[in-house]
Amino acid sequence: MSSSIETKPQAARHVNTNGRVAASAIIWVVLLFVPLWLPMVGGYTDLATRALIYAIAASGLNLVLGYTGGLSFGHAAYFGLGAYGAGLCLIYIAPSLPLAILAGTVLGGIAGILVGPMAMKRKGIYFAMITIAFGQMFYFIAVRWNGLTGGEDGLTGFSRVPLHIGAETIPLGADRFYYVVLALFAVVMAVIWQILRSPLGHSFVAVRENTTRLRFLGVAVDKQIWVAFAISTFITALAGALNAMLTGFASPDNLGWQLSGSFVVICVLGGMRSFWGPFLGAIIYIVAQDYLSSITQNWMSFIGLIFVLAVLFFPQGLLGFIKGRARS
Amino acid sequence: MEALLLYSAFNGLIVGIFYALMALGLSLILGLNGVINFAHGTFMALGGYVAFTIEPYVGFWGSLVVAPLLCVVLGVVVERILIRPLYGRDPLFSLLLTFGLAMIMEDLIRTIWGSIGQPFALPNYLNSPLSNSLFFLTGYRVVLILITALVTGALFAVLRYSRIGIRIRAGNADLETISAMGVNIFFLRAANFGIGIFLAGVAGILAAGQLGLSPSIGSQLIMPSFVAIIVGGVGSLLGSVLGGLIIGIASGITAAFFPVAQEVVIYVIMAVVLVARPRGLFGQEGLFE
Amino acid sequence: MSLTNLVSLNRRGLLKTGAAAGMASMVTSQVTWAQSETPVKIGQVDPRTGTYAGLGENQIRGATMAVDELNKKGGILGRPVQLIVEDSQGLPGPAVSKAQKLVSQENVDFLIGAVSSAVSVSLSQFANQHNLVYVDIGGHVDSVTGKDCKWNTFRTCSTTWMETDADFKILFDKFGKKWFFITPDYAFGHALHADYVAQLTKAGGQALGNALAPLGTTDFSSYLIQARAAQPDVLICLQAGDDLVNVLKQAVQFGLNSQMAIAGAQQELEVLEALPPAARLGWWTFEWYWNQPGVPHLEDFVAAYKARYDNKVPTARSWFGYATTHALALAASQAKSLDSIKVVRAMEGLVLPPEIALQPGKCYYRAGDHQMIANMFPGHVPANATYPNLFEVAQTVPSGTVAKSPEEAGCKLVYPS
Repeated sequence: MSSSIETKPQAARHVNTNGRVAASAIIWVVLLFVPLWLPMVGGYTDLATRALIYAIAASGLNLVLGYTGGLSFGHAAYFGLGAYGAGLCLIYIAPSLPLAILAGTVLGGIAGILVGPMAMKRKGIYFAMITIAFGQMFYFIAVRWNGLTGGEDGLTGFSRVPLHIGAETIPLGADRFYYVVLALFAVVMAVIWQILRSPLGHSFVAVRENTTRLRFLGVAVDKQIWVAFAISTFITALAGALNAMLTGFASPDNLGWQLSGSFVVICVLGGMRSFWGPFLGAIIYIVAQDYLSSITQNWMSFIGLIFVLAVLFFPQGLLGFIKGRARS
Repeated sequence: MEALLLYSAFNGLIVGIFYALMALGLSLILGLNGVINFAHGTFMALGGYVAFTIEPYVGFWGSLVVAPLLCVVLGVVVERILIRPLYGRDPLFSLLLTFGLAMIMEDLIRTIWGSIGQPFALPNYLNSPLSNSLFFLTGYRVVLILITALVTGALFAVLRYSRIGIRIRAGNADLETISAMGVNIFFLRAANFGIGIFLAGVAGILAAGQLGLSPSIGSQLIMPSFVAIIVGGVGSLLGSVLGGLIIGIASGITAAFFPVAQEVVIYVIMAVVLVARPRGLFGQEGLFE
Repeated sequence: MSLTNLVSLNRRGLLKTGAAAGMASMVTSQVTWAQSETPVKIGQVDPRTGTYAGLGENQIRGATMAVDELNKKGGILGRPVQLIVEDSQGLPGPAVSKAQKLVSQENVDFLIGAVSSAVSVSLSQFANQHNLVYVDIGGHVDSVTGKDCKWNTFRTCSTTWMETDADFKILFDKFGKKWFFITPDYAFGHALHADYVAQLTKAGGQALGNALAPLGTTDFSSYLIQARAAQPDVLICLQAGDDLVNVLKQAVQFGLNSQMAIAGAQQELEVLEALPPAARLGWWTFEWYWNQPGVPHLEDFVAAYKARYDNKVPTARSWFGYATTHALALAASQAKSLDSIKVVRAMEGLVLPPEIALQPGKCYYRAGDHQMIANMFPGHVPANATYPNLFEVAQTVPSGTVAKSPEEAGCKLVYPS
């Protein structure tokens, strides 16, 4: 799918395109019937919903991480702000699901717009440190602003409200909520796809590949990174808002750096250079975490091991690995 | 009022010492190894736990020397096996690897020593206030400051006068050239990583005596240490130390007068520095002042 | 994905008798159950990692021991009992995710667990949305059986009010009326502080100040400085877990213990054990204690527990887990059903038999608010105490005399029609 950003012979590209269209068609069909087949293999719908939410968050992050090459290690902050924004909207403004999701998305996105220029003062590894640190700032604001956020206890007192369409009131059980998330996931993927095909998207990749040359060409590189960063925080915040609707509250760990690290490893695990990479990574990560944390007290070691192994043996991610195999 | 200001600034200084020691080690590793060592906090916790275990045999002062050295051994092994393959690759990978390593190490610490905090007993003569009017000045706090000054001073002396120190500094400036001149940069990087871990180990023991030992102690201190590096100026070791002390003191004073902002103030300082002076307070003066 | 689940099916086969993997002791087959027998599933969401892991582990141990005893004696309604433990990390987010999993994937019949108040509030809300019986094992905040009480939620540990009320009088009479507080900045702490201040004001005392310390604070010196400057008769430390370890240690370092009485509400054996000997001090309330001379069955229970778990004595947390699990079994067999509303009705007013109560007097879940009414054990830490004799009970206070009535607590149970 990401053919537009990779350099390879025209003929090969053509053949690959057909295969990829087929692959993505299969993915969508499988996703469409999750509530039917997942319980049969021992899963549960909320798990799939969570995986999709993480896939949205990681796909957003990957715009910065995979395409512009910016090492953002603080994206949980925008995820968490999305969650708090949605929850606060339900409590204080109006019991409307779409409004809540919109509120969370906007809150996280605006924070991203503000943080972007400051974080961009430094590049590379220092950009990573600064994004982590800003993430921690939002974490402590959430923890300490007790009256508004519920402090350490997190924000409670709201729940997933039914969807109102016209005069119809549709209560959202696990399955229906899954489809809400799936629909938004589709929208996000379509938006990212469009961005990557646009001149803007090409410039993101150019930033990653050769910043110096772009500067010589007179391109405002910082602005490009800023735009990518801002778009990506909006998407991640959307995921956070959905997560708050899934669990029925927002808590400080939604903003924590551990979660930021999880998002990054999800991207790497699936393949940072691949359109579907973050999605695949999210499924692997969520299923592994769900399973490991049920069978062993030492699940943190195993998750840590996933990080280490992914870095040492699958730096291109699973999709990159498969593609590499297919090519050779 | 002045008294409270003084107390809280001093408290902040004590916490700042831990930030500074951590930031100094992180900064060294960041420089020559090009790695953000996320596992630095768990190496620190490990130092405290190892000291706790060997203290009955070697005493507090013995553990202060032995425990960091044991951490160094582990650190060098980690550097050789896990980090060395990542040199020259995108820094993302070393960041993720040490992140995963931190999770594993924290979990192992919890498995070995238990999830409840451990009683790390200090020698009794360190445990009491020096005088009734200066009750906040316990013997231990004085020792803390002295040891930190000693360790930091020794490190700067090593970097300035010893052969390996000069090479580390040279490597920071231009790794390729010194490699071409026949310096074994693999050894140099391992040594540098070891020195960084040593500092973490020392910080861990000092912190165990002051703050108590729990498996997650390292992860609480590592974030402010990042900020210390950014505020002090990336690439400046002295900057990291001073950055740590500055944010520690700022946080301590804020804790007394506006407690809800005691953590946030650290990040506000960072934001201000980034806007007003992106290279950090001491970032411009070259690597080792 | 399917591969993972194949493995997980095997796992469930292996763990027929309950007890999640990772626990060393899994009792297998005192009673052989027919293969067709589907187990009664109890889902336990408790921290095995994070700040509260130590406390969570003891709750799990107690519950596991109870499940094994039940299975030896014929299970629940003739069916084997399976305890499925999930790690909440002590955080409400993961706790609810795990509860979702237990409900959707394992189809559990009962939900139990929680160490921190935030988790008990969120689990109570979650269980209510799913019409599931939930017993809060160890989250103390008043509201769970107070203004936010739910028809499906019970609680085994005491309320914050009970904890403060139980030792308030002793402290007030013994040490004086000027008090200073160091309070952890979250629901449990705020509740404890408010309760103490209410009692103090009522008795004519004076609250000199309150320092709010965030959860996970390791350096308490700025708060201790404020406390010292205020010169109170009593310094109340409301921290729990590691935080309490740190505040006590540093209070001793600053020499505060020679200038004022150090006391607090809840104290736990786990915490005292983690303290360096110099910091083992103060006046506290235990919610259960392993050493109560003359209480029937207690010695047997302690001996069995010690034999099983590394020679460690059971703590209040162990007893909470143990009593909770047995109470659910008793209620289900009384109701002759696993149906939520029927079990709830049977649980209301349910009196624990002596071999489960393991303390004097009548222990029961009060019908009006679903709060366990047992005893409180105010006392102090004796000088030079060593494990496991870390506490000296001064008085056994029936919690009925200190608890607020359901009306006072603001609980109005609304049942599904």
